[in-house]
Amino acid sequence: MITLKDINKTYDMGQASLHVLKGIDLEIKKGEYVSIMGASGSGKSTLLNILGILDNYDTGDYYLNGTLIKNLSEKQAALYRNEMIGFVFQSFNLINFKNALENVALPLYYKNVSRKKRNIIAMEYLDQMGIKDWAYHLPNEMSGGQKQRVAIARAIISKPQILLADEPTGALDSVTTVEMMKVLSELNSNGLTTIIVTHEKSVADETKSIIHIKDGLIENIERK
Amino acid sequence: MFSINTLQEIFATLKHNKMRTTLTGMSVTWGIFILIVLLGAGNGLKNGVTSNFSERASNLVQMWSGTSSLPYDGLKADRQLPFAERQISDVKTEMRETDRQTGVIDKQQTFTYKNEYGSYGIKGVNPTYNDIFKLKFLDNGGRFINELDLKSNKKVIVIDKKIEDVLFKGKSSLGQYIKVGNIMFQVIGVNSKAERWGGSSGYIPFTTAQLIYNPDKKFNNMAFTVNGLQTTEANNQFNDKLKAEMASSLRFDPKDPRALWIWNAQRDYIETIKIFGGITLFVSIIGIFTLIAGIVGVSNIMLVSVKERTREIGIRKAIGAPPASILRSIVLESILITTVFGYIGMMLGIGLTELINYFMIQSAAQSASETGMSVFKNPTVELSIVLFSTSILILAGVIAGYMPARRAVRIKPIEAMREE
Repeated sequence: MITLKDINKTYDMGQASLHVLKGIDLEIKKGEYVSIMGASGSGKSTLLNILGILDNYDTGDYYLNGTLIKNLSEKQAALYRNEMIGFVFQSFNLINFKNALENVALPLYYKNVSRKKRNIIAMEYLDQMGIKDWAYHLPNEMSGGQKQRVAIARAIISKPQILLADEPTGALDSVTTVEMMKVLSELNSNGLTTIIVTHEKSVADETKSIIHIKDGLIENIERK
Repeated sequence: MFSINTLQEIFATLKHNKMRTTLTGMSVTWGIFILIVLLGAGNGLKNGVTSNFSERASNLVQMWSGTSSLPYDGLKADRQLPFAERQISDVKTEMRETDRQTGVIDKQQTFTYKNEYGSYGIKGVNPTYNDIFKLKFLDNGGRFINELDLKSNKKVIVIDKKIEDVLFKGKSSLGQYIKVGNIMFQVIGVNSKAERWGGSSGYIPFTTAQLIYNPDKKFNNMAFTVNGLQTTEANNQFNDKLKAEMASSLRFDPKDPRALWIWNAQRDYIETIKIFGGITLFVSIIGIFTLIAGIVGVSNIMLVSVKERTREIGIRKAIGAPPASILRSIVLESILITTVFGYIGMMLGIGLTELINYFMIQSAAQSASETGMSVFKNPTVELSIVLFSTSILILAGVIAGYMPARRAVRIKPIEAMREE
């Protein structure tokens, strides 16, 4: 499903440059439940952003379902993101003036689904996440766990093939972290390829394989 | 572009951001409102000045006889130099630029009707007086003196409305006889236009006035209109020529400063129009700068408004929004806000200027019996200028919304999401 061949990424920092990814080779199959672990600055989030087509890479090749993802126009990238990838972020990234229902329904707006229909679907997903009663609440009226459930509902409403989660439990307490990992685990067991970036061992342990990344290189892949 | 889905999303965004929408909109409203009020004030000034001239012929020349201060041709100084019929015919024949001449015999008399009386001016004039000074006769106000009255030396009189009010206590004076001095005159017309300086007069045929009040056939005032004098220089030359002609006719030194007084309204009009040209330019410059200030204000707030949405734009992109869709939404939002609030500003501006105009008309009607003068009149703005200015501001708002939106959709979603 995902094939990375010698991926390199360098950030220009004015006069200096920062070589973040130094030749990543990786293959992730459909339905896998993977975590990417590494210290801060190891390049794990950059890798996730490249996988999510949120950022470009400099050299190498990235194949998604056999298609080379390289030099895409913003329109093509948006289409791939909308059709194939769901995102969950540490800081939730919900639109703060939209309520939970509207946030969840938003990806369907860009698929030209009518408001009535997308609200019905969004409500089903909120129900699935157990926060139906919070449908008409704004993000600032909800707890971290509730916000992350809204974010997950939004990420999966367009039925993506891959779910990318960047430190999804980073802003949650230990109890909510366990609940959240259960939700992600269930989604994966339903066939959704799930890739989590984390620096927490307990979170990584919930996944079926752990990719250890250090200084922009894959150190080892731990499969269970 | 205008699918219901898109519009619903735009309205939802605007509804959720009431404060931002209102503040952005208010800047548009205020910009257009101020612009219209300012242009209205400029127009009010222009209309006020113009209307003051239109109340009488702008090409009016009046002259008053004086007393010689210099000896001339064997004649001593300190001679009174009143006009006679000859001077009227001299002006007619020698001053080809003139038209519609009249001598004015001006006396003060007591006007009496039954037990009511008052002291007013009585003016012996030709029918042309009405063409020059543009008196005002309402539908039931009768008429001015005509040639027949003049030829027959009729004892008919046109009185100012204020005199009718005093003598007739609100009843019509038309056809009634009033006593002027010791002579009875029949009222044939009532002039509703107030005299410029607040006095009131009765107007009788020039010939009748000559017979009754002016046995020596002398008078001190003449008025006429002139044609074809478009410049101050031409009017100055005309004044000099007129003075020379009168000097020859009345035998005084043409350099005598006190022998003849000439007031040339045309020259004043030209001078005023020149000054007014400056005022118009000034108001236009202020208008343009206000428009620029409005553009800057509206653009600035649109810029900030879109800039603060960079993170939201990043999120939308991350979940799969095509850049064109985001850009379209923001531009449509800008159009909607600037158009709706611009319309409100336009309506408020027009409303205020119309309201001021309404009160000015009311106040002018009330003070008509005193003086019809005003330096400020009809402070309204042409619809085409209003629409043009509003369109410019709307366009500026849209462009100002478009520019940062274009930048925001160009940056990577991951970078956009980091912006706070």
